[in-house]
Amino acid sequence: MTDLDREVGAAIRSGPGAAGLQFAGRVRRGGFELQAELTVGEGEVLGVIGPNGAGKSTLLRALAGLTRLHAGRIQLGRTILDDAEREIFLPPERRPVGLVFQNYRLFPHLSVRDNVAFSARARGLGRRTARERAERWLDRLELSSLAERRPAQLSGGQAQRVALARALAAEPGLLLLDEPLSALDAETKLSVRAELSSHLGEFGGPTLVVTHDPLEAMVLTDRLLVLQAGRIVQSGTPAEVASRPVTGYVAQLVGLNLYAGRLGSDDRVLLDGGGQIACAASGLASGQAVLVAVAPGAITVHGHQPRDTSARNVWPATVRGLELLTDRVRLQLDGQPGALVDITPAALAELRLQPGTPVWLSAKATEVAAYAAPY
Amino acid sequence: MLPLLALLIRAPWRGLPGLLATSGGTTALRLSLECATAATALSLLFGVPLAWVLARVRLPGIGLLRALVLLPLVLPPVVGGLALLEGLSRAGVYGRFLQSWLGYSLPFTTAGVIVAETFVAMPFLVITVEGAIRAADRDLEEAAATLGATRTAVFIRVTLPLIAPSLLAGAALCWARALGEFGATITFAGNFPGTTQTMPLAVYNQLQTDPQPAIALSLILLLVAVVVLASLRERWLRPGSAL
Repeated sequence: MTDLDREVGAAIRSGPGAAGLQFAGRVRRGGFELQAELTVGEGEVLGVIGPNGAGKSTLLRALAGLTRLHAGRIQLGRTILDDAEREIFLPPERRPVGLVFQNYRLFPHLSVRDNVAFSARARGLGRRTARERAERWLDRLELSSLAERRPAQLSGGQAQRVALARALAAEPGLLLLDEPLSALDAETKLSVRAELSSHLGEFGGPTLVVTHDPLEAMVLTDRLLVLQAGRIVQSGTPAEVASRPVTGYVAQLVGLNLYAGRLGSDDRVLLDGGGQIACAASGLASGQAVLVAVAPGAITVHGHQPRDTSARNVWPATVRGLELLTDRVRLQLDGQPGALVDITPAALAELRLQPGTPVWLSAKATEVAAYAAPY
Repeated sequence: MLPLLALLIRAPWRGLPGLLATSGGTTALRLSLECATAATALSLLFGVPLAWVLARVRLPGIGLLRALVLLPLVLPPVVGGLALLEGLSRAGVYGRFLQSWLGYSLPFTTAGVIVAETFVAMPFLVITVEGAIRAADRDLEEAAATLGATRTAVFIRVTLPLIAPSLLAGAALCWARALGEFGATITFAGNFPGTTQTMPLAVYNQLQTDPQPAIALSLILLLVAVVVLASLRERWLRPGSAL
């Protein structure tokens, strides 16, 4: 290789100077196609949320080099990982990308220590050096006491930490986590979530976390992308996404009633599914397509038509079903529009509600958030 | 079971050690063990990569390759021996080059025995290992790749350890088959005591003159077969073995 070759090679491998991860491309997998454009800054944690089959795993696979881009490119810092047009493709083993799989994929034939030492061994380091390096990560993730165990002898939370240690030990420039907490039971989740958050904080590079747990997204991520059917449909801070969801999927996750409609006169939204709802619609033009979000706690249930209420929204409905949550009862109601409403068990007893019971609902316009529909 | 029982009943238990010593059995036994082990080593060397190709490579013609590799399983060994002879003898299709370039001839040598046994026994290893590689967890191999392991490193550090039980089982089957090889060996390598006369050939030879030593030799082969089977059972039925 001449110096010139080397320079040309370096020029091809490195794009315009930029920090963090840049992804813009199309990935095909089976009959499915993901098309997305995103960037993640150094030290930023981007959450990716969406229903099954939305393309979350496909995105991670493309970033890790397990699936090739069909078009577009991926760049990490100055390194081009994949460029379909220029036919550059770094195979997974040469990418500085760490991936923590959903079910961890620990090597069952290796001890915890050797799992964590795997990347060093794979790069040709001797067993002793590799183990010494692993020791640092075992220490950092408080796994030293488990070092001799096999993955089969670990609890879910421990296995999760080992998977994270194994990925971090490879010293990646980009960290990917696929539903890091989904395999854990509720109690373990609580402690591991906080722990994971601090570890992600220590990692200096860009991080992507795929999740379907809104709480996980709130605690772990700085920014959230919502994927649906292979497209990005929303992006914002977790709080923004949770309070103003644009997809039924997210609305359901965060437990909001979401309606699509068109803003009429007098701050009233004519809903696509029938009915209308008054809202505080500031900054929206009449005739504009909007989404309306109402929290289940913002709707009041009445046994009879309420007469002296200040609420601008009053409408009849029928109880379809009820579900006992920890401290309240969630009613599913049919009406124009239908709604999920939370009431106290005491209210349930007082109103004598059961499936089929006719009721009246009311909601203050100030509790109804309307915002522009993105598409 | 019944014929084996008959063998046990008719066995000259009392004179057994003497019979084994005088019948040339020890020479034949040592030759058999050496050749079967060498044939198994050869089978591992060529059979494992072959099994990987059969299990993982998606190319037209792989089905045909598999059929060819597995053909010796169903081929009468004597036909295999004849084919080896036509191919590798001093004047054979390929053997003539071996002869003119290296001055070397395989037939009727101990090396010939090993080649004949490998030909017949390797498919047992290939078929077992191929199945295991097919069933091996691709997810773990992907995980290894994301941790920086090249294809070769993935195979050595992940795939091989995962299929180790099957590899052992395949090797044991292969070894046992090589140990009992008769038809291809006698056709290709002949029946010379000390160089090519393995246990099965010795049994056959003895039977022509005196059945007693033949029974004694057979008992040893039976014992080996039982030991192999017992060890396989342990491998296959052990809970948690990653096949």
